[in-house]
Amino acid sequence: MAYLSKFSFKFYQIIFLILPATLLGEAADYNMSVGVTEVSREIFDLHMLIFWVCVWIGVVVFGIMFWSLWKYRKSKGAVAADFDDNFWLEIGWTVAATLILVVIAVPSTQVMVKAYDDAEGEINIMVTGHQWKWHYKYLEDDISFFSNLSTDPEQIYNKMPKGEFYLKEVDEPLVIPINKRIRFLITGNDVIHSWWVPDFAVKQDAIPGFINTAWTNVPEPGIYRGNCTELCGIRHAFMPVVVRAVEQEEYDAWVVEKVMLAEQEKLLTSKEWTTEELFERGEGFYQTNCVACHQVNGQGIPPVFPALEGSQITLNDAPRQIEILMEGVQGAAMASYAGYSEVDIAAVITYTRQAWSNGENGDGVIVTPQDIVAYKNKTEL
Amino acid sequence: MSTVVETHDHGHHGPAKGLTRWLYTTNHKDIGTLYLWFSCLMLFIGGSMAMVIRAELFQPGLQIVEPEFFNQMTTNHGLIMVFGVIMPAFVGLANWMLPMQIGAPDMALPRLNNLSFWLLPMAFGILISTLFMPEGGPNFGWTFYAPLSTTYAPSTVNYFIFSVHIMGISSILGSINIITTIFNMRAPGMTLMKMPLFVWSWLITAYLLIAVMPVLAGVVTMMLMDINFGTSFFNAGGGGDPVLFQHVFWFFGHPEVYIMILPAFGIASHIIETFSRKPIFGYTSMVYAMSSIAILSFVVWAHHMFTVGMPLAGELFFMYSTMLIAIPTGVKVFNWIATMYRGSITFETPMLFAIAFVALFTIGGFSGLMLAIVPADFQYHDTYFVVAHFHYVLVPGSLFGIIAGVYYWLPKWTGNMYDETLGQLHFWLTFISVNLTFFPMHFVGLAGMPRRYPDYALQFADFNMVISVGAFLFGITQLLLVFIVIKSIRAGKKAKPEVWEGAGELGLEWTLESPAPYHTFTVQPQVK
Repeated sequence: MAYLSKFSFKFYQIIFLILPATLLGEAADYNMSVGVTEVSREIFDLHMLIFWVCVWIGVVVFGIMFWSLWKYRKSKGAVAADFDDNFWLEIGWTVAATLILVVIAVPSTQVMVKAYDDAEGEINIMVTGHQWKWHYKYLEDDISFFSNLSTDPEQIYNKMPKGEFYLKEVDEPLVIPINKRIRFLITGNDVIHSWWVPDFAVKQDAIPGFINTAWTNVPEPGIYRGNCTELCGIRHAFMPVVVRAVEQEEYDAWVVEKVMLAEQEKLLTSKEWTTEELFERGEGFYQTNCVACHQVNGQGIPPVFPALEGSQITLNDAPRQIEILMEGVQGAAMASYAGYSEVDIAAVITYTRQAWSNGENGDGVIVTPQDIVAYKNKTEL
Repeated sequence: MSTVVETHDHGHHGPAKGLTRWLYTTNHKDIGTLYLWFSCLMLFIGGSMAMVIRAELFQPGLQIVEPEFFNQMTTNHGLIMVFGVIMPAFVGLANWMLPMQIGAPDMALPRLNNLSFWLLPMAFGILISTLFMPEGGPNFGWTFYAPLSTTYAPSTVNYFIFSVHIMGISSILGSINIITTIFNMRAPGMTLMKMPLFVWSWLITAYLLIAVMPVLAGVVTMMLMDINFGTSFFNAGGGGDPVLFQHVFWFFGHPEVYIMILPAFGIASHIIETFSRKPIFGYTSMVYAMSSIAILSFVVWAHHMFTVGMPLAGELFFMYSTMLIAIPTGVKVFNWIATMYRGSITFETPMLFAIAFVALFTIGGFSGLMLAIVPADFQYHDTYFVVAHFHYVLVPGSLFGIIAGVYYWLPKWTGNMYDETLGQLHFWLTFISVNLTFFPMHFVGLAGMPRRYPDYALQFADFNMVISVGAFLFGITQLLLVFIVIKSIRAGKKAKPEVWEGAGELGLEWTLESPAPYHTFTVQPQVK
């Protein structure tokens, strides 16, 4: 409530009269986010300006209408007058409506020009929408990662209490420094998604094959949460956006750490993995990335999401399974996972080939990171 | 408007008996009745889907349906309400009333009329049957954006495409019929600028339909090609562009929005002048306003697409052109109010619905103006604020217009007055529940809840519960409408020819006896 402006306080009072007080918990949430950036604040002010213009037009127009309905009701003996036109009145209200629109159009244009500035950023981040997660790639540093919903499916299916940030939490948020001009290059991998952070007033469609731009400059550290806002399939509601804005020093430290971790990941590819190690790593990956569709028990939700337990591919056709993970399935919900490390892909394949009853009934082929490297080398030729 | 009506006996031309009456009928009144009952059936089918949506959204979490089925519900709810309820209901009213309002014996092309109706059950049979197929029905939203509706769609999308083609043919044939009727069959003396406003609204609507339905057919045909024949209209990988889909779709889609509201403008104008006992204020400006709205509707389409990344000049152009629409729309509202001013007003059910139409449609217009402001739209776009906006213009807008028209003309159709007490009850329950359902959507939308979400964050829980309660009440209340209509068909106080006090002066339909005979105006009346 701290950020409520003079205008929104009046708005609050109006709503309070209309709705039972029980609806207004302490997190009364009924108006646009003021946001933290200069642009988002200007958009909020613009929104309130138009809102009040509409309210006042409404008060005048509805006032005259209900007064006429009351005053000229037949039950009170009103007799109808005999007129049906007035040229100057028609001209008058047409001109008045036009003038009001001009008053709104001027500030709208000014804010628009500012919001749409697509100059280079000090930091440029490629944002790619996937079914159903976001991928972030820092163009100046060698950092890229996926950001998945981290809400437990048990919460979604009402089997355990919902947390404070239900459906607004991810395993790895986007991290940006404050007071830097950040430019987002936004695209889609499969269908159209839309990347929205209300507190930055940034909403841009992520369109496969095209790159859109948006920018922000966040003055305050904090965690900012948003959503995918273009229908992108079954899990459209389950791919939130979370951005962590931090001080410059913290950001620099984070970059160093991420780069180092990436180096270590690369070394892991050449390591000799045991089946148990792969199984364990694959299980973790499966829980994060696969259960939403294929389910914890590997049964999937046929016919849209096929079962992995007892499937001919997971039992006896490791090469095809590698191909599916790397390329996705055309025309189906299964996306390509080629953006993940060779270790993760090998691990999750190995896991699904060993888990449930597949280990007993299948050919028992273990897929190692080297197999994935071999696949990549083969297909890139 | 004074008229001379020649009457002579047409009793020997009564309708055929049994099912064939309805299958083979070429009578405009029978076809109007078919359209209206079809629309009513679809209202309850599409409404049931809305009930599934609201039941799932009653609480956060997934409890009733899976997201896949939820998406099928939102998609089919939208398609059915737009193409199966609002449009056929207006065509039904046009069939019933246009010939009677212009003093014609029937529609100009009666066999075509039969065909345009009977195509509709085919189209919706195909569409709804997909829900029972293993892969499920269309699940990509009623706007079916590519590539979600092409590369990533279930294979039943092909049924959907053919269904849309058939609906389009039906609409185009119906429009040809309406334009031909209006231009060729008006009573002598009824010049264009003497036509009732409902006739004017439909003349403009029919032109819009002929202009844009082929565009819709084009866009779904491109989808068909992309899906089955290896073209790449909407696939960037093959040199196409997913945004092209949106441009073509909304070039159809925005005029479509006015197709769904213009006839309601006509109906509201008649009802307000009838119950204010005063002729409509500013008839000429009403005609010009409707024409301006129709012309402007062709240059505003991309305001549905402010976040696709258009250049600045494009964004500003579509913002300004959209704002312009507020002017003729405002003029219409002012004219309605000026008609009420110094009238002699009574509040029968049709008038109540017409007043609610003016007030609530204006609220939808306000949120429309807010949505036109591009930078603010970055925050509103694809949230429940948009859902609130278009439901305000489509439910208390278009649907209230239809319901008002049904109450207004029902005594003319059945010869019996409807039950006024039940009508008033129906109005108040509908009015309360419609606001309970759609007003809080503004709040959840502004607070950040995106549309087409089967599950949501906890901050939106309270309002969603209110919305669902409102929606259930709204849904149940509409059964009362069916009851009132059937009751009026079976019995009720006999209606006079003019039905409403003083209405005899207002239009040719009120010079006919009630119920209107099976054949009317076989001799053309004279309009002075």
